[in-house]
Amino acid sequence: MPEHQIHAGFMPLFDCAILIVAREMNFAENEGVRLTLHRETSWANIRDRMAIGHFDVAHMLGPMPLACNLGLTPLASETVVPFSFGLGGNGVTVSNAVWAGMADHGAEPTLDPARNGRALGAYVRARSAAGAPLLRFAVTHPHSGHNYELRYWLAGCGVDPSREIEIVIVPPPFMADAMAAGRIDGYCVGEPWNSVSVVAGIGRIATVKAAIWRNSPEKVLGARRIWAGERPESLAALLRAMHHAARWCQDPRNHPALTELMAQPAYLGQPAEITRRALTGTLDQGDWNFRKVEDFYLPFDKAANFPWKSHASWFYTQMVRWGDVAHTPGNVEIALNCYRPDLYRSALTPIGVAVPDADSKVEGAMTTTTPVGCAGTDLMLGPDGFFDGRIFDPNKLSDYINAQTSGD
Amino acid sequence: MLPASLSILVIDENRIRAAIIEEGLREAGHDRVTLVHDVSALVRRISEINPDVIVIDLETPNRDMLENMFQLSRTVKRPVAMFVDHSDNASIEAAVDAGVSAYIVDGLRKERVKPILQMAISRFNAFARMERELEEARGELENRKVIDRAKGLLMKSRGLSEDDAYALMRKTAMNQNRKIVDVAQSLVTVADLLGPGKL
Repeated sequence: MPEHQIHAGFMPLFDCAILIVAREMNFAENEGVRLTLHRETSWANIRDRMAIGHFDVAHMLGPMPLACNLGLTPLASETVVPFSFGLGGNGVTVSNAVWAGMADHGAEPTLDPARNGRALGAYVRARSAAGAPLLRFAVTHPHSGHNYELRYWLAGCGVDPSREIEIVIVPPPFMADAMAAGRIDGYCVGEPWNSVSVVAGIGRIATVKAAIWRNSPEKVLGARRIWAGERPESLAALLRAMHHAARWCQDPRNHPALTELMAQPAYLGQPAEITRRALTGTLDQGDWNFRKVEDFYLPFDKAANFPWKSHASWFYTQMVRWGDVAHTPGNVEIALNCYRPDLYRSALTPIGVAVPDADSKVEGAMTTTTPVGCAGTDLMLGPDGFFDGRIFDPNKLSDYINAQTSGD
Repeated sequence: MLPASLSILVIDENRIRAAIIEEGLREAGHDRVTLVHDVSALVRRISEINPDVIVIDLETPNRDMLENMFQLSRTVKRPVAMFVDHSDNASIEAAVDAGVSAYIVDGLRKERVKPILQMAISRFNAFARMERELEEARGELENRKVIDRAKGLLMKSRGLSEDDAYALMRKTAMNQNRKIVDVAQSLVTVADLLGPGKL
């Protein structure tokens, strides 16, 4: 008889697999958790249903809990992040017409963010000189890794994402259709929604999150702070179930079963052949030219489930950069308190899981895979470089923020 | 002086439900109501509609796009906030439960909007109830068809009258603590498995 009843909301995107697997492969039941999953149609619905207590926890975009706690959303409950759904998984896709324009300025089918970003910049300026309308890119949500990594990439390539292009919001399953209909010229989204356009022959993947910032944060588990405080044992049981589910998802022997499971209409409803690309990191760069992207998406390896405070603070620097929030000591504190590695540690160290000793790390400093100090054994991290070679030291937050350009 | 009438935008992909909401709004004296079913067309029309209140179906997968458009877009003249009276959790919960939400422009008094949201909630709930009843009626019809077929099978294979065939199924259902329709379904399934004329 399960002793922990937990309601979880999720969006039908590949990285929700950890929650699905926790339930379907009985990892939740083994921890005494009766996990009820609720598929949602928008992040706003997830936020609202968390706020009124329909959900105890939910699959969320990494910056969303920060936005809730910083008061940037119309309705919100205070949310904490005790677990991450993994690293990477996104790509930037452009229409065939934009790709042709980029190729005229030196873009190559290598997913290289610096080269292809420069080419996009040259194309954007050529269009501007010719009086053509601004290119319109879509992301899934304003407070998303997609929005911030697209902007980081473009700004790092000399394109002002607030003025030289337009950024709109489109739900992931509609991206390919919107581009086919000419309503958008490109987008940044998680798999399989990049490959869907490639397979349909309407776009090309210009670069990927793993190349813009390798091993970078994406979705997280948000938990209502009040619930997490009142039900610490339920939360710990859920985190153990998700830990086992994440390890199962990472293991290549389970990938055929996992892609079949996720292909079901109740979850992704996309063919296993397409969803497999996210798991193997083998993407079509165009013309059936497949390339394996190292660390494209990690559901478990390299401490992928650890909620680093430095990830929260990097998201915060981007929220400041693009004018979502003012940089104040109070806001820094809210952002830092949002991600809770202590909750992860207290749930998982008792079962012998290797957990980092530190709450934060310097992001972008590891050029190779590196062992880290931890309470268990063999925990390897990184490499974690940004494409422009910059380093984010969370102890020098204000310096980093001051050195950023926003185009204002 | 009476306050100027409100421009109300209803976004609902379900045309019947949208029409029901519109009717409710007109009955309440609101004459500037715009219904939108296709969100992609809304982007071009939003500044022309210039809504004071937006009522939105929570099932729309475009809600994140709409919310961002209301809050940030240059095409909306005035910023729009979600209808939230933080002291009124019951209304928020009732709205989400019913599957509807509302946004209002900044500065609009909440008392003017509350009846609109309440009307939307009650009409959404009434619509859901109507759909449920329709679904039940459909199920009822299906059940009757199965029972009639099972009755026919019994009449043919055991030479029973219609009333006796029904009485036999009812008795079996009572003895086995099952529903008549389940007994009838078993009979029909067996007949289908055995093939024509075997039962």
